[in-house]
Amino acid sequence: MREPIDPDIDLHVPAERAELSPSPYPVLAAIAAGGVLGALARYGVATAIPHPPGGFPWSTFLVNVSGCLLIGILMVLVTEVWTGRLLRPFLGVGVLGGYTTFSTYVLDIHQAMTAGSAHVALAYLAGTLVAAVLAAWAGMAVTSWVLR
Amino acid sequence: MTVLLVALGAAVGAPLRYLTDRYIQSRHDSVFPWGTLTVNAAGSFVLGLLVGLPVPGPVSALLGTGFCGALTTYSTFSYETVRLVQEGSRGYAAANLGASVLIGLGAATLGLMVAQAV
Repeated sequence: MREPIDPDIDLHVPAERAELSPSPYPVLAAIAAGGVLGALARYGVATAIPHPPGGFPWSTFLVNVSGCLLIGILMVLVTEVWTGRLLRPFLGVGVLGGYTTFSTYVLDIHQAMTAGSAHVALAYLAGTLVAAVLAAWAGMAVTSWVLR
Repeated sequence: MTVLLVALGAAVGAPLRYLTDRYIQSRHDSVFPWGTLTVNAAGSFVLGLLVGLPVPGPVSALLGTGFCGALTTYSTFSYETVRLVQEGSRGYAAANLGASVLIGLGAATLGLMVAQAV
C-alpha cells in the first residue's frame, strides 16, 4: 500500500476517509491523548534547554527535527506493518503532531529578528526546514530499506 | 499546574487540527496540503496574538504551549513535502515550503500587530 500524502488525514485513502464511522470518538480520543503526551514532551524539552532572546532556539529545533524523523519511520510502519486502526491517530496525529510545532517556530524566528540577531533568525529558519525535511525523508528511506 | 494547562490545551488543539484538515480536504480535491497550511497559519496568528498582548503565564501555557503547539505541526508539514516530491509534484513541494514559512510568519506578525493595536 502507498503512504498517504498527508499523515494526519488523507481523504484519498479509503480507510482514513471512513475512520470516523460508526463513531468518531475513538479516533478523536486517541488523537487528544497522543497530543497531550507529545505536547508535554515538547514542554519538557523547552524547559530543559532554554535559549536567551536572540539565541538559537535549540529546543524547538531538536523537537521539530526529531519529530520529523519519527513521522517518517512511523508512516512506513503503519502503512506496511502495524495496521491497527488507532495507531496513526494516536502516534502520528496525536503524539508527533502535538510534539512538533509550527507556531513556536515562526515566533522564534520573529523574536530572533526583533532581538537584532538576523543571522540567527535566518540560520534557524533555513536550518530547521532543511534538517526537518531530510529527517522525514531519512526516516522513511531507512525504515523502507529495513523492511525490504 | 502548568503541566495540566499544557495538557488541557493540547487535548483540544490536536483533535482540532485533525478535524480542520479533514473539513478542508472535503472541500477540494487537490494534493496540495491546504489543511495543514491553514492550521499552521491559524496557530501562528493566535500565538502571535498571545505573545503580543502579552498574556499571563498560565494562559500562555494553556493556549500557547498547549493549544497552539498541538494545533500546529512540523512533522505533518515536512512529511507532506517529502511525499509531494516522491509523487513528482516538485512544484507543490517547493510551494508548500515557501508558502508555509511566509504565511506562518505573516500570520504571526499580524497577530502581534493586532495585539499591539488593542
